[in-house]
Amino acid sequence: MAAITDIPVAKSPEPPTAIELKHRRKALRSQILRYGLLSLVGLIMIYPLIWLIGASFKTNAEMFSSPGFWPSEPTISGYIEGWKTSTPYTFGRFFLNSLWIIIPKTIGTAISCTLVAYGFARFEFPGKKFLFMTVIATLLLPNVVTRIPQYLLFRDIGWLDSFLPLWVPSALAGDAFFVFMVIQFLRAIPRDMEEAARVDGATTLQTLIYIVVPMLMPALISVCLFQFMWTMNDFLGPLIYISSVEKYPVSLALKLSIDTTEAFAWNQILAMSVLALAPSLAVFFMAQKYFIEGISTGGVKG
Amino acid sequence: MAELQLKSVEKTYGNGFKAVHGINLEVKEGEFMVLVGPSGCAKSTTLRMIAGLETISGGEIRIGENVVNDLVPGKRGIAMVFQNYALYPHMKVRRNLGFGLQLRGKPKAEIATATDEVSEILEIEKLLDRLPKQLSGGQAQRVAVGRALIKHPDVFLFDEPLSNLDAKLRAAMRVRITDLHKRLKAEGRPATVVYVTHDQVEAMTMGDRICVMKDGHIMQVADPVTLYERPANAFVAGFIGMPEMNLVPAVLTRGIGAQLTLDGQTVDLGDELARRLYCQDGPVTLGIRPQHLGVAPAGSPDSLTGSVTNVEFMGHEVNLHAKVGSATFVAVVPSEQFDRATQRGDKVGLTVSGRHAHVFDVTSGENVSLKGQIN
Repeated sequence: MAAITDIPVAKSPEPPTAIELKHRRKALRSQILRYGLLSLVGLIMIYPLIWLIGASFKTNAEMFSSPGFWPSEPTISGYIEGWKTSTPYTFGRFFLNSLWIIIPKTIGTAISCTLVAYGFARFEFPGKKFLFMTVIATLLLPNVVTRIPQYLLFRDIGWLDSFLPLWVPSALAGDAFFVFMVIQFLRAIPRDMEEAARVDGATTLQTLIYIVVPMLMPALISVCLFQFMWTMNDFLGPLIYISSVEKYPVSLALKLSIDTTEAFAWNQILAMSVLALAPSLAVFFMAQKYFIEGISTGGVKG
Repeated sequence: MAELQLKSVEKTYGNGFKAVHGINLEVKEGEFMVLVGPSGCAKSTTLRMIAGLETISGGEIRIGENVVNDLVPGKRGIAMVFQNYALYPHMKVRRNLGFGLQLRGKPKAEIATATDEVSEILEIEKLLDRLPKQLSGGQAQRVAVGRALIKHPDVFLFDEPLSNLDAKLRAAMRVRITDLHKRLKAEGRPATVVYVTHDQVEAMTMGDRICVMKDGHIMQVADPVTLYERPANAFVAGFIGMPEMNLVPAVLTRGIGAQLTLDGQTVDLGDELARRLYCQDGPVTLGIRPQHLGVAPAGSPDSLTGSVTNVEFMGHEVNLHAKVGSATFVAVVPSEQFDRATQRGDKVGLTVSGRHAHVFDVTSGENVSLKGQIN
């Protein structure tokens, strides 16, 4: 923000002249205007989130009666009741399910994307151009198009109502976006270090593990973060493949409370939504530094 | 340590471009061989083929007794120092040095001893716990040399290792590397070195022998003195030496001595040159180093009269540029012998020292004035 501050600093002890004062007042006015406008727009953007958090502490009756976000009678009953859910399971179960989907999927993505990207970025092999075009083509293909064939495939294999349809495609580098991102990142890294490792006697796999992966770390952290957040928020995938409530992740469980109650307990839904946001936010802030580095060096917008 | 042999080594790229045209080169055990040439002459490609980082399209590379054509770099008994150091950025200096030994499964104690020994030789003991990004260019270069040294390779390969350093540091590192080579020799473990550079000063000061390359061909392999005094062709003559040798078209006629005619002016370059020649009379290229041209008053006997086009004052000497007909000559004259009043456009006489003159064939560029000379 230092660059925005353009109020002239008086270097000499002499009293400022009239023109100087005029300039300073002008600069101050424009600064107030700029910050005011930015704050206002920022507030508009973030208001739904603030309201969500505020409303989660409101009673159901108060929810739609006052537009403000500050609860008149703060209560945590929404959290307590919401956590219990209308099913035999608590929300804790759904969080565990979510983690059980996310963690293997993220690890699988990181490993498979690294291997595939390393192959594309560093080796020459027959059909490379065609295969790379296929990867890019899947990147451009809308997800929805593949839903039905994929569903039929997994049904025939007998994987329905298990986490396998959510894990396996990612563990086989099915997320073309991540592959592409890592390839771009790798292309920007000079090959000299890998050549030095080969001269030092490293095999291809040793070069990958000891030299390439550490240099790829910022990109891999971004990949993991994206995958974490997208999987956490994924609704359609679990909705299609998972049918028993005991395997529901958080995203489905939230919907569940809307379905099963006649008079919606909005404060419970909102309270659980706040909790559902927490893991993504926490992970993002913890890894923010690497995340930004990864996106900007990878040359891919998030 | 071992000798290195290249036999008819070729490199053709996938797009059909032939970068290296069947070169033959022998580097003796413990020899410091410098590959030098302008950019694009395939000197780095040649080095990378020796290292195994590029495949070869034909011929044979031999290190010691072994043909290494199909061996991976790690099995060739080589170590390489890269132009931009190529230190592993995420490893501390200590691990950078020991990484090669670690991959070979050497015990930790042995790696530690070797690391200490090498860091003492290169005076990098204090840097062992730093990351590469915390090193200056010169320090990083020393670590890169250390990483090669620690492996006791049969052949050391250097790929323009000093080109990223400033002039002062480059001079210091030059001395350091040659000292290291001598030290290893004195300790009874001579190092065979192949050193690639585009800088002729590095080539002349460091190499036991120098291999001058152009467009994937070897132009001459010789020790620095031979290369300077008896260049095999016009390319080597022009490439080695500062300022570069004057190469001008002339017509040769032989009477008692060797007369060269240039722009209607004829100079006699004497018997000594005539005896060295093995070519027909007719058009040739005259080669004379700027240091072997004398400046005399215009019209002096046996001098070429030209007009001054530029005068460069270099301190202890002056570079005088003069045009004789369409040919431009550069003469290096000691400052104290130089007439400071000389100006652009003045007429000046240039005397050619026949003993130092070279005559090159016009078409092949071959030096045809080396008869009876040991080369």
